[in-house]
Amino acid sequence: MFFSKKKFKLASMIACGILASAIFTGCGGGEQGGSTGGDAKPAAGDEIVIGANFELTGNHAQYGANANNGLKLAIKEANDAGGVNGKKIKIVEADAKSEAAESVNAATKLISDDKVIALIGPAVTANVIAESQVATDNKVPIIAPAATNPDVTVENGQVKPFVFRSCFIDPQQSEVMAQFAAKDLNAKTAVLYLDSSSDYSKSLGKIFKERFEADGGKVVMEEAFLAKDQDFKAALTKIQTANADVIFVPAYYEEVGKIVKQARELGIIAAILGTDGWDDTKVVEIAGKDALNNTFFCTHYFDGDAEVQGFIKAYKGEYNNEPNVFAALGYDAGKMLINAIERGGDDSQKIRDNIETIKDLPVGTGKITMDAATHNPIKGIVVIETKDGVRELRAKIAPEGQK
Amino acid sequence: MDFVHQLIQQLINGVSLGSIYALIALGYTMIYGIIKLINFAHGDVYMVGAYIGFAAVTIGGLPILPALLISMALTAILGMLVERIAYKPLRHAPRISLLITAIGVSFFLEYTSMYFVTPTPRTFPEVMPNISFNVGGFIINGQQLLILSITIILMAVLTYIVQKTKLGKAMRAASFDTETAQLMGVDSDKVISMTFCIGSALAAAAGVLVGVYYNTIDPLMGIMPGLKAFVAAVLGGIGILPGAVVGGIVLGVVEALVAGFLSSTFRDAAAFAILILVLLIKPSGLFGKNTNEKV
Repeated sequence: MFFSKKKFKLASMIACGILASAIFTGCGGGEQGGSTGGDAKPAAGDEIVIGANFELTGNHAQYGANANNGLKLAIKEANDAGGVNGKKIKIVEADAKSEAAESVNAATKLISDDKVIALIGPAVTANVIAESQVATDNKVPIIAPAATNPDVTVENGQVKPFVFRSCFIDPQQSEVMAQFAAKDLNAKTAVLYLDSSSDYSKSLGKIFKERFEADGGKVVMEEAFLAKDQDFKAALTKIQTANADVIFVPAYYEEVGKIVKQARELGIIAAILGTDGWDDTKVVEIAGKDALNNTFFCTHYFDGDAEVQGFIKAYKGEYNNEPNVFAALGYDAGKMLINAIERGGDDSQKIRDNIETIKDLPVGTGKITMDAATHNPIKGIVVIETKDGVRELRAKIAPEGQK
Repeated sequence: MDFVHQLIQQLINGVSLGSIYALIALGYTMIYGIIKLINFAHGDVYMVGAYIGFAAVTIGGLPILPALLISMALTAILGMLVERIAYKPLRHAPRISLLITAIGVSFFLEYTSMYFVTPTPRTFPEVMPNISFNVGGFIINGQQLLILSITIILMAVLTYIVQKTKLGKAMRAASFDTETAQLMGVDSDKVISMTFCIGSALAAAAGVLVGVYYNTIDPLMGIMPGLKAFVAAVLGGIGILPGAVVGGIVLGVVEALVAGFLSSTFRDAAAFAILILVLLIKPSGLFGKNTNEKV
């Protein structure tokens, strides 16, 4: 063994550095312990710490990042207005990396290291379901902004006590669209074109088929694609041969835009139907105005409604672009959490109880009432038609009409 | 629509998709031919090319052809930089180190881009009028013709460079035997650098064309086409230029036919089944000579 002088010097410097940092972090930890050690509840400082667990990187980053922006706007508004009950809300962000396992890691870190008293996110169903066990074990409430799968809040017929959402659920969307196709469009035959890489798309397709066939229609063909596909022409050429009255494409806007564009290029004129994944102004940019004529989708709000103007204006002011549906739902989730804290929620248990009793709360997309039996909000659903690139409200199904 | 009609329409769809695979596969196969590296970052170079083209069109306000050329030039420089920084120091390292580095470069490009351009997909503005030609009931798109013609032009230029120029001669020599070529006075570092330059420029062209044709680009757009182009390169015989072109087009057509006549669910499965079959039956690919050394 032989160290040159230079190497030895370097090694000793590194060793010193490690030692020093260990000492400093030790001190830091001690200080932290001192300030919160006396209080039983972590939220009792002058800040309320909440966790934002969103997909900031990976395949779902575009959804997670938008929902995160919506949440941050809601919290910023509350803080600018003097905080909640005199306390500022602090968001600690963690990256769910678009993977279920990473979502669990991020939630664990937020709960055990950052001592958050509530969690918002992630955006995508699978990541929320993965996270919900950690939250339940630690008794920290979650509000999932955009996870529309029924299994997110209910497991084996039992509602998960700490898991909530700020959006409607998939069966409602498919039922609304199946009825719309059968009654309003007088459709007799339909083709399903599903994203086989997404549970969202597959479960919507399944329920649509059940409802549409119960109403006397027939699903004549089922085709599939994968998220991130660019070329849909082969399957669309096949779909064209089915000559159906409507094509149901429950998928996300990036693929939807391309599917609609390429379908029209091939000369498919049938009505194309979709769900809340369509709700982004980018669809118009991708597909083009003409291609989007004769398309209909259901979503959480209509951007022409008077009651959502406040949110849209605030969002544009903050981020300088149009909010999409994920941003709106992230904002709603933030509003729900703020309301739960306002009404005396200073620890996780009380916040949970307060979320469960939310009633007629004005949020970005309208008014929300929480259904304590399912932890799904009771909320309206709208069907939107796109005409020459402009959205028009085609139908509005009131909350009472659901279930 | 009868069967023949549908078949021909699917062939049109397949060739236009396949010509994009071919452009990306060319870069793959060139780089493999010279330094025996499967450059997994190639799909991401294609993505960067698309973004540079996008910036040239939207920020620079340029028409499509100048934007394409600018993107090719800048991406070529990026390709050379990647080679210089990431691969050159590993020239004499085991090949597995090089392969792992390529995967690292791939992630680096994806997530650096995601940091700067955000994960939200961008939509290409309409840079050329979108005309569809209806030829006897078959729909051909103006953009499909553009892609096909630019692909053919670039392949012709590439063939000229490889077959007729001194650089091309040096490239062929280096791919045959790098060390011997070096002993004969070929500057192999320069040849490798130029290979990355040309390969990346082709990927950039594909990226811009895809952006124009499909209308959206995003930081992870390179992953799947990168893998498909890899299959195309193996199918044609990795390291062989005409093989990459034929492999790309065959792959595109097979995908279209599988999606059109079997089920669209099996489309990607078919693409990768081809990879497995080629490796089992004729590992040297359609155009490959049967030598023990390959693959």
